[in-house]
Amino acid sequence: MRPVIPYVTAALLFGLGVYGVLRRRNAVLVLMSVELMLNAVNLILVTADTTARAVLPHSGQVFALFVIVLAAAEIGVGLAIVLQLYRLRATVAVDDVALTEPAHPVDRREPAVLDREAGR
Amino acid sequence: MTGADVLLLAVGAVAVGAGVLVVTTKHLVRAGLYLVVCLGALAGDFLVLSAELVAWVQVLIYVGAVVVLLLFAVMLTRAPIGASDDLDRPGWPAALIGGGAGLGLTVLLVDAYRWGTVALPRAGTAERLGEQIFQSWVLPFEVLSVLLLSALVGAIVLSRPDIGRPGPGADPAAERPGVDVETGGRR
Repeated sequence: MRPVIPYVTAALLFGLGVYGVLRRRNAVLVLMSVELMLNAVNLILVTADTTARAVLPHSGQVFALFVIVLAAAEIGVGLAIVLQLYRLRATVAVDDVALTEPAHPVDRREPAVLDREAGR
Repeated sequence: MTGADVLLLAVGAVAVGAGVLVVTTKHLVRAGLYLVVCLGALAGDFLVLSAELVAWVQVLIYVGAVVVLLLFAVMLTRAPIGASDDLDRPGWPAALIGGGAGLGLTVLLVDAYRWGTVALPRAGTAERLGEQIFQSWVLPFEVLSVLLLSALVGAIVLSRPDIGRPGPGADPAAERPGVDVETGGRR
């Protein structure tokens, strides 16, 4: 088995993930690119498990499992943030998000709640 | 070139090709489906590298759960069916940085490993990995369970609109004209 093949695959996938994170405007596509990067790291960990003889056997694969768990947690919280952003701003384009607070305070509650209050 | 090398080359090519399509396609839903192909090819890579358990966990969690969640998010944000033109921003910096990172890592790893061969280790079955996790890696395992719990609670708090709002004293509705102060508080 030649380890350079999966290593190069992982390096190219990581580059693709970086490209996608910087290029895409849609927040869901940015999350998909982050998944590509995390999987490239997983592939490197599993391949390193075959090339490096560590004191503890299978450490690389154990770490790959841990990274998979971390990615699952990340995607859960990330999607909650994306859906909340869509609910507040009706857009998921990451470069439409204001990085500073608006000068005059905006009521950021849901339109349905505001309607209910205005009708009272 | 042994059979394992040919297999690694084939699934690697599929993974990279599907990855290119994920970051370049104009269809939101298709990006998620290409991601399935890419992650499935990576699971094949893990199988060839004798990491059985990791491969099946990859299929279960990534292809089964994460991609389904991503597709849910695509649907919930009312993504248009068909090609959309506003998915990308003009990206020479992205191509430069992404290409630089990918090619830099490629050069580094090719230089480190050349065309040498290694023997495949014993297969990473569930039994062997379980022994390792529950003997040498128990503490990280437990910390990860706490982290999953906090991520769960965090996601619930983020997506419930009635949790974490400011109390009656700090409610911005109290300062708005036309809304009386008593109903401007907590709902």
